[in-house]
Amino acid sequence: MLGEGIVKGLFETARNFLGSYVDKDRLVTVQYPEERHPLPEAARNFPFLLYDGDDPEAGLRCVSCHICEKECPPRCIYIEKSTDKKPDFVGKPQFYPARFDIDVSVCMSCQICVEVCPFDAIRMDKEFELSTDDRFGGLMWTKKELSKPNEYYQKIHPVEAAETDARRAEDVEKAKAKAAAAAAAKAAEVAKAAEAARADDEGAGKEPSKG
Amino acid sequence: MSRDLMMDATGNDERLAPTYGAGQHRLKAERESQILEVSIGPQHPSTHGVFRMDVKLDGERVVQLKPVFGYLHRNHEKIAENGSYLAAIPYTDRLDYLCSMTNNWGYTLAVETLAGITVPERAEYIRVIMAELTRFQNHAGLVGFLLQDMGASGTPLMYAFREREKILDLFEAVSGARMMCNYLRFGGVRVDCTPEWMKETRELVGVLPRFVDEFERLLRGNEILMARTQGVGVLPRELAVNAGVTGPMLRATGVNYDIRKVDRYGIYDRFKFRVPLGEHGDVYDRYMMRVLEMRESISILEQALKEIPEGPVQDPKTKLRGLRPKAGEAYGRIESPKGELGFYLISDGTMNPYRYRVRSPCLINLTILEDMCLGQSVADVVVTLGSVDIVMGEVDR
Repeated sequence: MLGEGIVKGLFETARNFLGSYVDKDRLVTVQYPEERHPLPEAARNFPFLLYDGDDPEAGLRCVSCHICEKECPPRCIYIEKSTDKKPDFVGKPQFYPARFDIDVSVCMSCQICVEVCPFDAIRMDKEFELSTDDRFGGLMWTKKELSKPNEYYQKIHPVEAAETDARRAEDVEKAKAKAAAAAAAKAAEVAKAAEAARADDEGAGKEPSKG
Repeated sequence: MSRDLMMDATGNDERLAPTYGAGQHRLKAERESQILEVSIGPQHPSTHGVFRMDVKLDGERVVQLKPVFGYLHRNHEKIAENGSYLAAIPYTDRLDYLCSMTNNWGYTLAVETLAGITVPERAEYIRVIMAELTRFQNHAGLVGFLLQDMGASGTPLMYAFREREKILDLFEAVSGARMMCNYLRFGGVRVDCTPEWMKETRELVGVLPRFVDEFERLLRGNEILMARTQGVGVLPRELAVNAGVTGPMLRATGVNYDIRKVDRYGIYDRFKFRVPLGEHGDVYDRYMMRVLEMRESISILEQALKEIPEGPVQDPKTKLRGLRPKAGEAYGRIESPKGELGFYLISDGTMNPYRYRVRSPCLINLTILEDMCLGQSVADVVVTLGSVDIVMGEVDR
């Protein structure tokens, strides 16, 4: 019969329409600004810089190695290296970025900078409501706007942050152990030198008696 | 008197006859067979992106059709040649922006062939799962858009998008982005899938057949759909093969050519699945190919999710940053949802590819659009274009 297929199809439409009142699978939309779907932990959009402690300047993890700048596919990261050094989290003196800008109008949220960073200094943010009325300055994020504390990272990516923190704590331990070993070695060296000096002294003292 | 008679166009022919000269008759004949040139696009909902068709019409019939593209050209190949091997992966996402996972796979396959990289077992399974989920959501979306082009505005498309959304949520949970996944790496995949993700995927694959059934009940046997698609936009088998058409478009003409079966790249030789084949090569067959392939994708997904082993997902020996393959060339091709997607790479031993070329299925499938549309009406041109399944990001690159 002509029109049978259409009628059958309309039954399906009716089933979906009525089902949307009872079945959650058939009504998946939410009223956005009031209701929100939670973002998965892996969600990403734009990068930010991490710092330890309270001071964004002193605790900044970035050592200005330019790897992300070179690897960034659309080349939207601009770094200027400092002339002096500051101690990093294990106490080793490192350079820091005098200037670190990201042009977010160019950034394509690919996460390559995060993958290549050997210092756990750059991570992806989840913030997505970022409209601005200043299309040049407002989209060129400087070091000040990019720096965010480690606590923020722990909040948005708990699993990843725990891994990173554990690794860094290990590094600190290693550095401490290394420093302790170096100190011990130095102490041993000093003790040995003292021993040798004493032996020399004793030898020197004995010599006349021998002669 | 004659002037009055000429004004009365509906009057008696015999009475009018003396007042029409020979010239008048010729003008009338020319007016009736006048060729009208219409430009469809570049901003038109049915052109699936910024695409223009210069159509010459004789009345309602198409006598010539010239596809005009290039509006979305982004210099993809040269950008990739100036970046490192790693930096090209996020750019491949933006080729066919509905199927970023399969695009990643095509490129990584080429780099793996070039540099002799092996992929761990678990990563191979994850790749198959991602590729089949991508195929499913692409085909569901395409059928929705095809129906939208026919005038079924909304309903099938929204049903398809509802399912697609669930798959995109899975992509976001594992890769961080819904569409620009940037997930595959040469030597494996970027991060492992969690057990919760696997559980969610199994649940989703369990309900996908219900969606396909519903979709088929909605559309199968619909008289309007059949009238608009059967015998429309017929692509002869010889022409399809000669023009290098691949993917569901080629299989709709009855040619059994699926790179998953021909090349058996990855681990596709371990899965049992059938390749649906059409017979007539018209829009209806192309539509049915998509629906049947969705079912086969579900079957592959079920097998892959059952057999997936534990283990690493990235070859630890592979150097992602600063990869320098030894000088040589490689071609990696996969069966993307749209056809044969190939990446041709030449390495000169440096960090950047010397030559990087994309064999885009969309572009090559689009070249025979005129042959399918000649002699059809304008409304059929829109439907035929919809059944080709183009994404302008890949056509223009």
